[in-house]
Amino acid sequence: MTAAAAAREAVAAPPPPLTQRRIRPGEILFRLALQLCLLIAFAFLVALVVFAVYKGWDRLDARLWQQMPTGRASRVESAGVQSAITGTLWVIALTALISLPTGIASAIYMEEYADNTRWYNRLLELNIQNLAGVPSIVFGILGLGLIARVIGLGFTVITAAIVLSLLVLPTVIIASREALRAVPQSIRQASYALGATRWQTTARQVLPAAIPGMATGAILALSRALGEAAPLILLGAVTFIRFNPDSLLSTYTTLPIQIYNLIKEPQAEFQELAAAAIVLLLGILLLMNSAAIVIRNKFQKRW
Amino acid sequence: MIKTVRGRLTALTAALFLTAALTACGSDNPSTDSGGDTAEQLSGEVKVDGSSTVGPLSKAAADLYAEEQAKVNVTVGTSGTGGGFKKFCVGETDVSDASRPIKDSEKAECDAKGVKYAELIVANDALSVVVNKENTWAECLTVAQLKKIWEPKSKVTNWNQVDPSFPNEPMKLFGAGTDSGTFDYFTAEINGEEGASRTDYTPTEDDNVTVQGVTGSKGGLGYFGFTYYEENADKLKLVKVDGGGGCVEPSVATAQDGSYKPLSRPLFVYVSGASLAKPQVKDFIDFYIQNIDEVVKEAKYVPLTAEQKTTLAAEFAELQKS
Repeated sequence: MTAAAAAREAVAAPPPPLTQRRIRPGEILFRLALQLCLLIAFAFLVALVVFAVYKGWDRLDARLWQQMPTGRASRVESAGVQSAITGTLWVIALTALISLPTGIASAIYMEEYADNTRWYNRLLELNIQNLAGVPSIVFGILGLGLIARVIGLGFTVITAAIVLSLLVLPTVIIASREALRAVPQSIRQASYALGATRWQTTARQVLPAAIPGMATGAILALSRALGEAAPLILLGAVTFIRFNPDSLLSTYTTLPIQIYNLIKEPQAEFQELAAAAIVLLLGILLLMNSAAIVIRNKFQKRW
Repeated sequence: MIKTVRGRLTALTAALFLTAALTACGSDNPSTDSGGDTAEQLSGEVKVDGSSTVGPLSKAAADLYAEEQAKVNVTVGTSGTGGGFKKFCVGETDVSDASRPIKDSEKAECDAKGVKYAELIVANDALSVVVNKENTWAECLTVAQLKKIWEPKSKVTNWNQVDPSFPNEPMKLFGAGTDSGTFDYFTAEINGEEGASRTDYTPTEDDNVTVQGVTGSKGGLGYFGFTYYEENADKLKLVKVDGGGGCVEPSVATAQDGSYKPLSRPLFVYVSGASLAKPQVKDFIDFYIQNIDEVVKEAKYVPLTAEQKTTLAAEFAELQKS
């Protein structure tokens, strides 16, 4: 009580005068060093974008998504990457459908229901944090051995989606838990005080309040899945396909795989197409990340 | 409160709907324009995988075939010759591309799983040794010199170690990755043993990396399929190879008549017997063989000789009977 009162007083008190300004060389140097670091990171991104746009400029038009890939040198001009775009959308949408409900439900259990003093719950938590650091190729090998071969789903859209879901699940869980944890305890207590059950409190108070944070985490997790190529190489994403997926058991390819393979082609025209596809992939990623920022800024609540 | 809750739910549903809408966009199928004038419209899948050197041929064939049979989904993967056979011998693919003949160990694997197959030669290739444009000394290398450079535990790090008349220039080596048929073929022909190679070079499955590497260093040396040289002829210098009968430059002609020794090689396609029972696979292979000239032209490869074509046709006829 007294501490709170003191804090209030401190806030109310006028700020100390800021008249004495001394130039501290160390301070300026440190500031410059920080700005330089930021500049380096930013310069690389700009260089990448500029280079890709420059190289792929001639191919950055509707052909990219209206046309199928080609294997004919005489047709390179009219080739696109439609099957890779639709393949990516299928895989990512399915990944979202699998990983988001599972991840959010896991987070709710761990944050709202589980007793964190129990050893098994702590073990669970440790495992999830470790899973977040497992290289994606390991998930690819697991998917190849278990899902594609033992379970027998083969090299299909659904196999890719399941493996990518496993890959991003730890990220979704961790982000969702952070969002739940940010909801003040007082909201829960108030809800209980009004006679609400734990489920009612979670569903009607805590979850809605945590949604912006969760949505941000979810979009960032899906962005990661979108750019993933390593596990999909193992999971039979093909180099060349002229069909869009039409079911869970379709063969497919995705944009990162298509880019990887276009770059390997001998003809320079294919590499231009690859550059255009890189710009498209970066565009989609940027769009998703901006959506995450917009959702966070627009709906975030500060208590 | 209700208002803000609704606001947040809207945000989430908006995000979900965005994904759903994108999926909906994605699910529209290519219009089923029947481009074929053949009597029978086939459908189904033909799975091709294997060598990335042969891949362009199969892609070209698949692309041409799409005009005849628009509903047959031919997919081509490029897992490498070895990786392709691994899938082929467990029955996961119908057709396997290979830049070398099937190995005994792979034959055993196929036999164990009861996978029968036929071997078809679809094009020729000349494994080309390339150096930097500024390299004025290496006009022709003998097989012995190449072996000295590439053999396991080779101590060669400078061009003057290959031939005392060569200048003092550090050598930078670029080559094929170990899962590729190109690597197997090169090591077998040059070093005398398949898979035996020095390991302190830059291995890559992506031949464009070799192109860039050799272009970028004066002492660079690399090897890959002839097509990659042709596409980058302005950036690289081709080295003649002396296989005992004098210096020969790799070209379409020398690859076809086999005088570019020992690095001219045939490129293969393996077809699974079980898959040939599927009408679409049989039809695709039939198309591949009948239009082999156009396929090779579209992929910009070295075409078969008339003699090889006759053999190919005969082999396929044999295959259809069995």
